[in-house]
Amino acid sequence: MSKFTIRKPTATVSTASLPDIVFMLLFFFMVVTVFRDQQLLLRVDLPRASQVQKLRHRSLISEIYIGQPREAALGASPAIQINDAFIRLDQVQVAVRQLVTHTPEDQRGRRSTSLKVDQKVEMGIVGDVKTELRKAEQYQLHYVALPAY
Amino acid sequence: MADIAFLLLIFFMVVTAIVNDRGILVRLPPLSDAPVPPVAQRNLINIKINGDGALLFEQQPLAVDQLRERIKTYLLNPEQRADLPSSPTRAVVSLQNDRATPYAAYLGVYDQIQAAYRELWEVAAQQRFQKSYEQLAVAERRSIKRALPQVISEAEPTDYR
Repeated sequence: MSKFTIRKPTATVSTASLPDIVFMLLFFFMVVTVFRDQQLLLRVDLPRASQVQKLRHRSLISEIYIGQPREAALGASPAIQINDAFIRLDQVQVAVRQLVTHTPEDQRGRRSTSLKVDQKVEMGIVGDVKTELRKAEQYQLHYVALPAY
Repeated sequence: MADIAFLLLIFFMVVTAIVNDRGILVRLPPLSDAPVPPVAQRNLINIKINGDGALLFEQQPLAVDQLRERIKTYLLNPEQRADLPSSPTRAVVSLQNDRATPYAAYLGVYDQIQAAYRELWEVAAQQRFQKSYEQLAVAERRSIKRALPQVISEAEPTDYR
């Protein structure tokens, strides 16, 4: 006969540190998050390449997209997008120069342009954009590509 | 408290797009009308890509996957042939495409040219510093690049339409 019932120790994991962990993750994701400031109006299916390098200094990069418009009503011929808008070829130079003015003068020499071009686009328009970039005195260029398998 | 934090956490996790762009680095030449200094015919490595993305290497058709090895042998010219570059420092890769060349084909060729140089640099790094090119200091890399400079010249595209 037992007067005292021996209580079995229940194994519960202490959840006291749970908020700490959650907050840590939360802060990590809050810091890492970059809100997309532009909407992609073109269909851009990037090609693959083996000699790709990481792009650094995102604030010093201007992005130019070339591809077929997503909306079928806009036709099937390739178009150019800078920031949030379609840009005609003869406006590229001005648009690129405008992007450059956002960076402080001492860092302008480090600016570069990244070209995100759909892999089916013909080289004619790409070559034209390259010429416009040379006119705008932007010589550093990346062809953005996915790493090879 | 934890519930709200969880909610925010999930929101940020869904919204986050971790940007991880990679690209092939190119330096464009400045626009100028100055005449191009002449390059001896033997030092020019001519590569042409037509509107279908097919390749012409020194006037001969070639598959893209053989391009890398071919460029390497042309640059080094191990047999000292008189029609190949006299020295890698003088060699110029001349690339020409058509306006109708698909971008993927162009980038594939460009990638192969860069890969050829990269492999030569890697060999040179192993020989001279017993290290991989990736681990070299900036000055060491520069000395290798001076011995094997990557000069890619792009001609105005042709237009066959």
